[in-house]
Amino acid sequence: MKKKILWRLILIGVAVLLSLIFFLPNIPIFKSMPEWWKKTMPSRGIVLGLDLQGGTHLVFEVQAERAVEITVERVSQSIRELMKKKKLQADVKTQAGVITVSPSSIEIRTAIEKNYPTLKLEETSSGLTCRLSNEEASRIKENASDQAVETIRNRIDQFGVAEPTIHRQAENEIVIQLPGVKDPKRAIDIIGKTALLEFKVVDDESPVSAELPSVIAFDDESELLEKFSGRIPEGRELLFERTIDLQTGEAKKLPFLIKKETLLTGDLLTEAKVSLNRFNEPYVAIAFNPTGAKIFEEVTGANVKKRLAIILDGNVYSAPKIKERIAGGDASIEGGFSIDEAKDLSIVLKAGALPAPVKMLQNITVGPSLGRDSIQAGKLAGIIGAIAVIAFMVFYYRLSGLIADLALFLNILLLLGAMAYLEATLTLPGIAGVILAVGMAVDSNVLMFERMREELRAGKTPRAAVDSGYQKAFWTIFDSHVTTLITSAVLFQFGTGPIKGFAVTLSLGVSINLFTALVGTKTIFDILNQRKEVKRLSI
Amino acid sequence: MIELIGKTNIDFMGKKLYAFGFSAILSIMGVLAIIQIGKGKANLGIDFAGGIAVQVKFQSTVPLHDIRTALEGAGMKDFDLQDLPTVNKVLISIKRQETEGVVDRVVSVLTERFSDKKPVIDSTTEIGPKVGHRLRKDALIAVLAATAGILIYIAFRFKFRFAIGATIATAHDVLAVLGVFYIMGKEINLLLISALLMIAGYSLTDTVVVFDRIRENIRKSHKEPTGEIVNKSVNEVLSRTIIVSLTTLLTAVALFLFGGEVIHDFSLTIIMGIVVGTYSSIFIASPTVLLLGGKKPLIKR
Repeated sequence: MKKKILWRLILIGVAVLLSLIFFLPNIPIFKSMPEWWKKTMPSRGIVLGLDLQGGTHLVFEVQAERAVEITVERVSQSIRELMKKKKLQADVKTQAGVITVSPSSIEIRTAIEKNYPTLKLEETSSGLTCRLSNEEASRIKENASDQAVETIRNRIDQFGVAEPTIHRQAENEIVIQLPGVKDPKRAIDIIGKTALLEFKVVDDESPVSAELPSVIAFDDESELLEKFSGRIPEGRELLFERTIDLQTGEAKKLPFLIKKETLLTGDLLTEAKVSLNRFNEPYVAIAFNPTGAKIFEEVTGANVKKRLAIILDGNVYSAPKIKERIAGGDASIEGGFSIDEAKDLSIVLKAGALPAPVKMLQNITVGPSLGRDSIQAGKLAGIIGAIAVIAFMVFYYRLSGLIADLALFLNILLLLGAMAYLEATLTLPGIAGVILAVGMAVDSNVLMFERMREELRAGKTPRAAVDSGYQKAFWTIFDSHVTTLITSAVLFQFGTGPIKGFAVTLSLGVSINLFTALVGTKTIFDILNQRKEVKRLSI
Repeated sequence: MIELIGKTNIDFMGKKLYAFGFSAILSIMGVLAIIQIGKGKANLGIDFAGGIAVQVKFQSTVPLHDIRTALEGAGMKDFDLQDLPTVNKVLISIKRQETEGVVDRVVSVLTERFSDKKPVIDSTTEIGPKVGHRLRKDALIAVLAATAGILIYIAFRFKFRFAIGATIATAHDVLAVLGVFYIMGKEINLLLISALLMIAGYSLTDTVVVFDRIRENIRKSHKEPTGEIVNKSVNEVLSRTIIVSLTTLLTAVALFLFGGEVIHDFSLTIIMGIVVGTYSSIFIASPTVLLLGGKKPLIKR
């Protein structure tokens, strides 16, 4: 019996010590600990959730279907080039993810088969149709989400947020947490930009181009598109540049008739940085890698006297006239930016384009003051709740109540330690969970004490009453705790963010509760009973 | 020895018809609430309905009317305003609408129009309709999964009849609280669902205590009629059922009074849940076990 008590005391002692060590970083004393302690011992503590420390919680959806479409468009473009190279007469069209080459011939078929072994080919009445296999499409989608996470991580790193967390959720969702971010709106803009940079040639020779108005009101884009619908020549598109009228300060749009063929994209960039032009206006200077520089040189050489449109995410930024062949691979993007805008643009260009557009599904932003208020309120409620419970227990169960209160302290300490050890995030509902766990912590003791009282009434000695009280209450306590655990496990599974925090604290609280009640309180009773034969039990 | 409740001999089982009647009304309210939620007519929070919410704190009081006029002046409609006058806070929410750019517009209207009151944007939330739809589905699955888990565990530990009794009592608690919240016009949101799930787990604590005693007493004295055994058991554990609830209630009340605005409704849910849960383990769970059993013995011997 004595040995058993000793072992249990050691177990409790170790648990308390570990909890203290893990929870220490959350207490100011940690700052004054010696260096060696800070280096070797746990230094993380309990992390505050975004709702407590302020920050932004974002969920973006990767439009992975678009990544597939983009791939199909790219393939159809390169089939078109292949046809040109092999001097084969064929029309290549893309619609709803299917490329149709007409007319079809054996030569065309073999050429495509040889160059694109993964395409699924089929002869139809309208020609040879080529489509991506289902596996290929789902691989592209999968890659798109992974790549998007990487790109977004790069962008956020360069934007500068301390300890962001970025991870994938479900198939095509990305969860981003930015604790303490100062300017969430800017961060969201940076994350959400597809940043697809394209260079295309402006078609100024078409008669349609001559008919285009030089400038339209900002809201008239769709009206203009409607007016010209059906009259845009094959392989051309209407794109717009946003501009501000310098005299009136009014937002306007400039329409361009542009050749659809993409001559160069931003993925060959090596550098993008903010510079100032001679009017002290910021612009983004970009530099291409050797391959990109070579293509840029060819493109500019072949299109001298024409205008080259620099297009970002479908918007024209500028369309300067090419004066001569440009070697060296340096270019610039101007667009009347502010310094911040230019800086953000350089960040997204450097981090690369997203493989597909993303759409924001959820944005929860909490200011730092609300978090502070919540913590203050939580502390107050916790302290008052704990005092009420402690006082009640002593009042109702006397010395035994005091023992239960000791177990309650043990319970809180272990709970905090366990949360720090598991690197759990404390959220506001999580604080509520801790406070409720305080109330539930004495439940097991109440069940045991009531049982002991019953045994005493039945005329048993205190020691026998304690023992059989424990034994008989054990399964009641166990069953009632497991049911709470089941629901908190479900909560954990389904909960997002703050709710998860509630589930974690609740389930930890309940488990620790079992330990302190069945090991902690019992040990204290055993020690009391050990020393001398107790005549009366203060319960 | 201080005793809140001494030895009692109340005929709980005899009052089961009153209890069932009262509980039926509560449960029907809950079912109604669920139907309305399903139809989308209840006061769903933006996490379920989709939309935006902005919480703004002013240096001094701003009448809701002024905010309403300012927002309407900016062409916004169908918004809800909620006042938290003690802390000079106002909650603005717009549900079931395209969310893009709405938060920015609300924020800029408030900061410009009330610049003299030094508004601080405490939090902004923007939830797309797709997320809302999924969260609704998840919440439903969670409630069902929790119920199934409890049913299986109780059936495994006791007899199936007890599992039914416990599940009915638990479902009753959840429905009752949901029903009352619906009638009060409170917002049905994710936090409320979490509180309901916690209630489901906690209300079982009480129920299990009673069941445990019934099982024990049946083993001890199998000559007595089952009705009397159940009644005796409930009386025997009455004080602990109440004290167990009381301690948790103390902390829940502390949370309600001092825990801050954000979890006000959450704590209220839990307070109601604890009260209803205690009531149901006495008046619903045990009588149901009795009714389901008829004259058959409660456990195998």
